[in-house]
Amino acid sequence: MIPTALKNSLFMHWVHLASVWLAGWARVVRLGSVLMVLALSPSTYAAEYRPALLRRVYVETVPLLAGFTLLCALISLILTRIVLATAVSFGLTQYAMQVIIRVLVLELVPLATALYVAVRCTLPSAAELARMRRKGELDALRAQGQDPLHTEVLPRVVAGVFASAMLAALSGVVTLVLVYLTVYGFSTSGLAAYTRMFGQVFSPTVTLIFFLKTVLSSMTVSLIPVASALYDPPGNQRTSAELRALVRMLAVVLVIEGAALVGNYY
Amino acid sequence: MAEIKTPDPSQTDKPAADTALYAVRNLEFKAALLLVFFVLLLTASTVYLLYARGAFEPTQTLILTADDTEGVVAGMDLTFSGFPIGRVRRTELAPDGSVRIVIDVPEKDSHWLRKNSVFTLVRGLVGNTNIRAYTGVLTDPKLEDGAVRAVLRGDVSAEIPKVIASTRELLDNLNNLSSGTSAISKSLANVQVATERLKGPRGVLGMVFGNEEDASKVTASLQATLERTNTLLARLDGVALRADGLTAKVDGMVAKADVQVLGKDGVVSDVKANLQTLNALLADTRASMQRVDAILKDGQAISGNAKEASVDLGSLRAEVESNLRKVESLINDINRKWPFAKDAEVKLP
Repeated sequence: MIPTALKNSLFMHWVHLASVWLAGWARVVRLGSVLMVLALSPSTYAAEYRPALLRRVYVETVPLLAGFTLLCALISLILTRIVLATAVSFGLTQYAMQVIIRVLVLELVPLATALYVAVRCTLPSAAELARMRRKGELDALRAQGQDPLHTEVLPRVVAGVFASAMLAALSGVVTLVLVYLTVYGFSTSGLAAYTRMFGQVFSPTVTLIFFLKTVLSSMTVSLIPVASALYDPPGNQRTSAELRALVRMLAVVLVIEGAALVGNYY
Repeated sequence: MAEIKTPDPSQTDKPAADTALYAVRNLEFKAALLLVFFVLLLTASTVYLLYARGAFEPTQTLILTADDTEGVVAGMDLTFSGFPIGRVRRTELAPDGSVRIVIDVPEKDSHWLRKNSVFTLVRGLVGNTNIRAYTGVLTDPKLEDGAVRAVLRGDVSAEIPKVIASTRELLDNLNNLSSGTSAISKSLANVQVATERLKGPRGVLGMVFGNEEDASKVTASLQATLERTNTLLARLDGVALRADGLTAKVDGMVAKADVQVLGKDGVVSDVKANLQTLNALLADTRASMQRVDAILKDGQAISGNAKEASVDLGSLRAEVESNLRKVESLINDINRKWPFAKDAEVKLP
């Protein structure tokens, strides 16, 4: 038998953990929405902040472009070959293209882009922000008369969103081209059929869901790490802020992905 | 590619990240280029998507009606000879409970659809549903915009239960036909009975009348009829014999007639004699006439003296009259004796 006092203390412990967990999410959500509002407000893109913003966008996006596009191309090539070979052996080649497009362009590429941008760009960027905050550099900037929110925080968020969208668009196009080349080779004979099939896959609903999923994923991977980096978790936590940001971000990305799948196929 | 230099350790008063940022040459221009590239990419993708969805080509609407829309989804193709020529825009329920499948057919492909086109909705065991168009006569008038046509359903998986049910029904019918109590078995049994009767003593009649009594009645009446026929034939023989006798008599009569007409003392001989007599009479008449001529000449010569000669004339006239009477009587005689005269009437002198 567990003593009543122990029971009470265990219960109180769980309640405390849940409240901490909820408070963390609430802070992230609040700060995330504030940053989103700021990112969408024209004042963020005023002339005095624009150079910093453009630089951040460039630095966060361009180094990723080549590597990620190559990675995507490789994965697309391999998956296309696998699906095609399987479809041929089952005599279902006419459905192979749709399967490839749906799996690669609609599902895998946006997810891979979000995770790649998070790992390569937004998480390190958020970690840097957290380090700056702990070192008091943000306060120093504020003391110098600069607005760290506009010069340090928002450019990171906007750059993350842009990098994610850019990579998703580019790798999606590259994947589409590669799938065509893998199936039809260097010939324009299959262009009409391919375009038609593409039109069939990208119905208005699917296109809307794809667009929303890409935008929401990119916002998630940009906002959550930065929002997590701006607050110290209460108490003595075993895990670092970056890890917690990663976990939160992954959870939200999975929810978005699940919702998109439900929207597409139910 | 961006040229990102390592941060300069001397610039400690600036944040480390900014140090990296400010080291990129022409950064703003490159960033603007990146943005333009992104916008172009998005625009091109959107335009391609719109093109693929058929937003830039004029279409005409075709409405297919079906009783079930299972397997038909928006975006499905309408194929003609395996080539997609249209796309399902939506499916909707008609007020009468049937299903309307609204299909967009691009104008450039609409010439494949004619008034006589037939549309089928086929659902295979594996794979998706197909809507197919078949056009037999490509010279028929084109299908008008907004045309409503019924679609024929050809569902493989739906057909299987129907086929099985039909087969079972057929087998049941066959069982009924081949069972001992079936009509066909009874008919066959009756045929057997009939053939046995055919082989029986009464033969076909036995089969036709079914029982012995009727068959024997018919046989008896047939025999009676035969006997009466025989009697009738015998009587007919008698009649023929009598006819023969009659013919012989007629022959005799003909012979007699021959004798009477053409015989030695027959009519012909009489006629010949009469003709000779007539010739003689005619010669007498001719002589008399010559004498009359002479007398007339004498009369002319003696006309001045007629008064005296009138007594002679009276006697001569009496002689001529008597001669004429003789001729008339002879002609009458000939007429009486000649059997082929037109007027067979015998005139008294």
